[in-house]
Formats: sequence, structure tokens, C-alpha cells
Amino acid sequence: MEVTRTKVDGDLRVRQMKAQQLLRGELEGEDLEREVEQRLLFTKFEEAQNWARKNALFPLGFGLACCAIEMITVVGSPRNDLSRFGAEVIRFSPRQADLLILSGRVSIKMAPIIRRLYEQMLEPKWVIAMGACSSSAGMFNNYAVVQGADKFLPVDVYVPGCPPRPEALIYGIMKLQDQIMGDPAMGWRERYRAEGTEEVA
Amino acid sequence: MPDATGLELIAQRVREKVGDEAVTGTLYYRRHATLDVAPSSVRDVIAYLRDGEDEPWERLMSVHGVDYLPEEPRLGVHYELLSMERADRLNVRTRVGTDEPRVPSVVDLHPTADFQEREVFDMFGVVFDGHPDMRRILMPEDYEGYPQRRDFPMGGEPVIYTFNEPKLPRWYD
Repeated sequence: MEVTRTKVDGDLRVRQMKAQQLLRGELEGEDLEREVEQRLLFTKFEEAQNWARKNALFPLGFGLACCAIEMITVVGSPRNDLSRFGAEVIRFSPRQADLLILSGRVSIKMAPIIRRLYEQMLEPKWVIAMGACSSSAGMFNNYAVVQGADKFLPVDVYVPGCPPRPEALIYGIMKLQDQIMGDPAMGWRERYRAEGTEEVA
Repeated sequence: MPDATGLELIAQRVREKVGDEAVTGTLYYRRHATLDVAPSSVRDVIAYLRDGEDEPWERLMSVHGVDYLPEEPRLGVHYELLSMERADRLNVRTRVGTDEPRVPSVVDLHPTADFQEREVFDMFGVVFDGHPDMRRILMPEDYEGYPQRRDFPMGGEPVIYTFNEPKLPRWYD
């Protein structure tokens, strides 16, 4: 088979050489201006920051009930491979995590503990209510279960299902990533107008 | 299970050894033998059933609370005894009112009763005298009320479905 050298190849050579010269400081004047303009990608700082945040979501290693098993297979297993979306590194300390996945029913005894874990996480932080129970108590319409985790936490994404399919949770995480990209005001207290709700020791 | 005759024999022996007023009745229903005892003598009866000469009931399988709401006295505590020797079971139950629900604890006889009596206290408010650590076990420690009693509100929130709200407005009130 005959190999033909295309024009793109030639361009590539030239660009490589120019890049070398740029790094060595051999370009000057108009050449330098043109080269810099071609090579730089302009963006806003907030957007770059949000882009970095959405592609490095660290979920907290935290499960509540049966949905936790499903959550583990989504976040931790190679079959569903959440690292495709940059959100798979589970952190078992709330100081290092920025995503809380409420996987299961929230009992009233557990609610203050969850709230404390949430307060210990560093800003910016997000919450996904996974499954019917943490979204609205599901079938546990009784005295022992909090009727929806949004009674005491700001929840960003609700994923319905009992339990949700892995695709549903991944879709929820991708929705959260869209939200992170779209909303530059990331402090949740401002987002939810919740100033003055800090935990007092 | 001991049959009806065996249950009457057990009741007779308990009356002789523990006291005539200890046994308030017997029930043999669907091959389950139940011995009703007075709340004050629960501990003595269970101690006798464990240690008595003819009695093989050495194991306590579970302790339950019950609320028989329209009846008086309202609350009940059920003890389920097991004999490994005879592969047999015997229920012992007692009834207390809600105004002063006090039952002697059997933790010193059967250590397994520790958590189960705490659960009965948590859910029904029956106080076990002599229990080493009478606290709530499942609900938060500052919880008010005893949620498994039948006059306790169900809790939760009314769920309004699209079909029942026009048909039954404010059905949950």
C-alpha cells in the first residue's frame, strides 16, 4: 500500500517546530503574537473551576440501608465504572468528601448524625437523595423515619426508584455535574438562603 | 408444646410452688400452651420453671410487648420459654395497666432478656423493676412517648394521591 504524506502532516511538523521555538523563546514580534493567540484557550476562571469540580466529585463512603448496596455497585464497581464521569474516588472522611449520597431510609435517630457529617464536609458540597426513602420516606410513612431528607438537609438531586437502577444514579450524578457547571454560586447556604443555620458547639 | 393436660399440670405445680395467686389462667389454643401469670410473680414463676425439679424450661427465647387497646389491663408482656430437652415451648404472659406498668425483670435469670426488656420498655413503656440499664434502645433517647402503643399517632405525613383527594377531601383528618 502506498503511503502518501498529507498536508496535515506537514502542518503538524511546522506547528511542532513553532512550539519548540516558543518554549525556547526564539519567537519574537508578530510571530509570537500569532502563535500565542492560536494556542491559548480563553475561559472564565469560575468555569474552569467548576469544570474541575464536576470532574473530581469525591463521594463520602456512607450508606444507610438497602440502597447502599446499589450505591456501592454504582460507585465502586468496574461494571458501572463511575470513573468515566470523574466521580468514583470514595473518601471515608467527611473532610475529604464533597458529595453525600443518602442511600436508604433516614431514621430520626440517624438524622442528627447525617447533619453533623454534612456540616463536617468542606464547601462546596452536594447531596444526592438516592431512592424513594431518602427523597420522601417511601413506604415508611411512620414515626421512626424522617419524611424526606430535605427536612434537615439541602438536597440537590433526587433519584427516584426502590432502589434506583444503576443507570438512574449515574444519570443523577451527571445531572449534578450539569448543575455544578451551570451554577457559579456554589455555597449552599446562599443557594438555599440558609444563613444562620450553622451548628453551634 | 405441652398438650392441654400437660399445661394444667404445669399450672398446678406452679400454684403449689410459687403461690396460688401466681397463675391467673391457662390457654391452650392451636397447639400453643400459654400460662397467664400475675405481673408481680412473673419472676418467681420463670425462676421456678427454669430451676424446678420437674420443669425443663431452661431457655428464654424472646420477650414481647403487646397492646390490647380496648381491653383492660391494656399492656401485655409475653415470655417464650424453650426446652431443648423436650424440644418444646411454653408461653408465659402477663398483663399490666398503663397507669403503672411495672413488671419484675428476669435479666438475672436469663441474660438474653436484657435488650428485649429494653425494647419492650422503648416501644410500650413497660418498666422492668431490677433491670440493670433501663433505657431506650431503638428510639432516640429524648424521644417522647411509646410508639408501638395503639393510641400513639401513626406519624409520618398524609399522602395525597390524585385519585383520592377529589373523592375523599381531607381523608387523613
